[in-house]
Amino acid sequence: MARHWRAGAAGLAVLGLTLTACGGAKVGDDSAAGSGSSGKCGTFNLAINPWVGYEANAAVLAYVAEHDLGCKVEQKDLKEEIAWQGFGTGEVDAVVENWGHDDLKKKYITDQKTALDAGPTGNKGLIGWYVPPWLAKAHPDILDWKNLDKYASKFKTSESGGKGQLLDGDPSFVTNDEALVKNLKLDFKVVYAGSETALIQAYRNAEKNKEWVIGYFYEPQWFMSEVPLKKVSLPEYKTGCDADAEKVACDYPVYELDKIVSAKFAKSGSPAYDLVKNFTWTNEDQNTVAKYIAVDKMAPEAAAKKWVEANRDKVDAWIK
Amino acid sequence: MTVAVQKTQRPQRTGTEEPPATARRPRTVSRPMIVAAILVVWLVLFAVLRGRQTLSLGAADLTDLHRWFNDVNDSIGANRNSNPLFLYFFNEIRLVIDTLVTFVQELISQPTAGRPVPQIGWLGVVGIVGYVSWAVGNWRVALLAVAGFTFLGLQGLWQESMDTLALTLSAVCVALLFALPLGVWAGLSDRVSRIVTPFLDFMQTMPTFVYLAPLTLFFLIGPASATIATAIYAAPPAIRITAHAIRSVPETTVEAANSMGATRRQALLKVLLPMSKRTVVMGVNQTIMAALAMVTIAALINAPGLGATVVQALQSLDVGTAFNAGLAIVVMAIVLDRVTTAASARADTARGSDSPFLKWRRQLVVAGGVVAAVLVYLSHTYLWAAEFPGEGSAGSTIAKAATDVTTWAQDNLSGLTNAFRDVLTNGLLNPFQTLLTDSPWWLVGAALVALGTVLGGWRAGATTVVCVGLLVGTGLWSDAMTTLASTAVATVLVMLLGVALGVWMGRSALVDRLLRPTLDAAQVMPPFVYLVPFLALFGATRFTAIVAAIVYAAPVAIKIIADGVRAVPGTTVEAAMSTGCNTWQIITKVQLPMSRGALTLATNQGLIYVLSMVVVGGLVGAGALGYDVVAGFSQGQLYGKGLAAGLAIVLLGVMFDRITQAAARRAGA
Repeated sequence: MARHWRAGAAGLAVLGLTLTACGGAKVGDDSAAGSGSSGKCGTFNLAINPWVGYEANAAVLAYVAEHDLGCKVEQKDLKEEIAWQGFGTGEVDAVVENWGHDDLKKKYITDQKTALDAGPTGNKGLIGWYVPPWLAKAHPDILDWKNLDKYASKFKTSESGGKGQLLDGDPSFVTNDEALVKNLKLDFKVVYAGSETALIQAYRNAEKNKEWVIGYFYEPQWFMSEVPLKKVSLPEYKTGCDADAEKVACDYPVYELDKIVSAKFAKSGSPAYDLVKNFTWTNEDQNTVAKYIAVDKMAPEAAAKKWVEANRDKVDAWIK
Repeated sequence: MTVAVQKTQRPQRTGTEEPPATARRPRTVSRPMIVAAILVVWLVLFAVLRGRQTLSLGAADLTDLHRWFNDVNDSIGANRNSNPLFLYFFNEIRLVIDTLVTFVQELISQPTAGRPVPQIGWLGVVGIVGYVSWAVGNWRVALLAVAGFTFLGLQGLWQESMDTLALTLSAVCVALLFALPLGVWAGLSDRVSRIVTPFLDFMQTMPTFVYLAPLTLFFLIGPASATIATAIYAAPPAIRITAHAIRSVPETTVEAANSMGATRRQALLKVLLPMSKRTVVMGVNQTIMAALAMVTIAALINAPGLGATVVQALQSLDVGTAFNAGLAIVVMAIVLDRVTTAASARADTARGSDSPFLKWRRQLVVAGGVVAAVLVYLSHTYLWAAEFPGEGSAGSTIAKAATDVTTWAQDNLSGLTNAFRDVLTNGLLNPFQTLLTDSPWWLVGAALVALGTVLGGWRAGATTVVCVGLLVGTGLWSDAMTTLASTAVATVLVMLLGVALGVWMGRSALVDRLLRPTLDAAQVMPPFVYLVPFLALFGATRFTAIVAAIVYAAPVAIKIIADGVRAVPGTTVEAAMSTGCNTWQIITKVQLPMSRGALTLATNQGLIYVLSMVVVGGLVGAGALGYDVVAGFSQGQLYGKGLAAGLAIVLLGVMFDRITQAAARRAGA
């Protein structure tokens, strides 16, 4: 009996093999096509921090590094904190949109000397309090902080304990909002939404249903192309006014977003380093690519390709 | 999915002895009255002392403990390259695991050197999965497995799914490598069991966000860190269930073996292990499920696969794409669950069964193996069998449908949901939270200790004292109380839902069969996927966090209660019916009271599951401990505070667990 079965199985196998022998292209038939680039650049480890604006920067840089410089780009999805750790361990070569992070700069650039500043990206980062456009239109005076208290009761929610709600909270960013509310003597309570997703969803609902929402937000941000939020002016920022976190009573500074590279990468002589160093563009450029990704739902690479092809002159300036 | 564990965990933990409940019987004052008295005293004192000594701490403020945690973390990072522990220990571990994961990935998911596709293509994987499912289970699960894996390809997520599968399998292997021996050891020795249990509690309740960043310091960014993070979370169920399996082998059997002169080793290998095989396979099942639950979190440290798709889609609030990937995780989880469950059932029935089919089985197994090998060969050689054909149009259809449904719900339901939220928040959550956060800390602490003692006995009371003390020590007392309030409200809602649906499921096999897949899906669908629609419906509030926790925790409670109701002997129910009880009376007077043990156990597990969602809650407006952990993960200077918040969550978990366990033992006694 056993022999019978074994024979059957073997027969089946032979049958299967012969049936499929004439079936379609074989793996490896066209494998030579892929590797056309010179090996000068090598591998370029690019951290991808989890927000769309960052991804726009990274996608364009990766596209140029791959197609113009022939690098092998390894994109690594990492939170900021972990990406910076990677400078020391050699797992990350570059972070291409950094918002301030003075603590990390001190730790990795000044103390451990594993990272270097590679100059600004050209993007200006604004942080502050924003309201949905319908609200700014219906009550234009709300855009001045002095009038906020007048409307405090309108901003009340189930979370804010009888005061107006100031929705905070992408946990990635430092906020002075609790101190600001206290020092500006506003009748508001800071409520922590906890994620960018939560903030965006809150503003989206607010604009659609004409709800009263004020919260912490920032630009450049792809969401601004969907709902152009309006910034509330706080007392003007002057150098040093935010030195004591407890006593802050002024607006956030304008952040010069910059690029950070690992010390090793800077010394390596890789053309990718020069590319990262020379890379600059405007908020408008980033918003365009971010919109391709977030609103038009293009793959980051396709979005980068579209922008690069339309802006060849800018790209050429980075790699000349 | 989880029911088997819950049931099995209980007797095992009962191992710690407990003063017999009968000792308290003679008392004239009943327990509910004491509880009521404690609450009244608390309320009175609260009215007098409100707002004093509440130990609140601002969102950006730190205590010395938090700063110290920061310093320790920094010094580890700074010494990384010079410390021999790193050079010769962690680096070696990392190398081994990296090699393992890369090997599996090159086998099924990632192109290898010189090949544009992995070694085994989709046809080969489907073939192997079908064959293995059939060989260890039965033809029905094999069919399910083949259909499930083909569906992953149709969704346009073949490679992502294989990346996830590769990582999950590697993590499960690593976890089992340690878990099974440790579980056997803990099963053989009470002392080992007592030492191991707190560590297991710690591994399961400590939020992963807390150790994700240190882990990448130790093991660098890459597959090793992701695998180890997953293994840490996934190993405890296997250890617990294995230990329980060894313990529940009847004493007499072991004695019989001993009396026949079997050595310890022989007794273990020939008696204990074979006899506990079925339950051990259930442990493997739970480990796989837990590993799949980590997929999205591992994506934050560059683990490739479905988790990365979910995380990326949510950056632009693309619910459809996220749902499609989440569904793939659910499909994979259900396939793996059903296959391992069938395997464990088989481990039970195969022995001693004497059907004529068994004679053929061997030959069939060989033949199936040959077919699978042919499929593997084909998928290695031909492109059509290597790369999944088609554009994944099913995936975009699913994504679009999910988006449409969410949009509809957001447009049409949000008025209703907001009203519901406000009623619940103002009526229940806010007063309760005020009571907890605005009372002096010592008053709340004393009340908790008193309640713990009354409900769980002296031992539980002592645990509560320690936990309360340590909670104060974390410097996050006020945040912990806020979290406690939301957790308690969520647990109450979980139990209401659990009793309603659990009784329904327990009484009707049909309902059970219909509901169960939905419950499974709710447990393994990554919470990130449904957070966006929930945010749209309920806003960034504590209530959203509570709803998310209910979605995750209710299935467990429902399943346990359904099992409990079903376990009530049919004769008892019939007897009640013959005395003229109507359905409502049967449920309230017979079935629920008789499944009291299951109810307490469901409360226990419901609470623990709710607690494990605290961090997710922090992402959608719950604030407090959950937000502290998330912020600690994102901002260097808050790291120590995040760690302290993680510890506080563990403490809350241990406190609840010990009180409800003790109460459950009493209820059972």
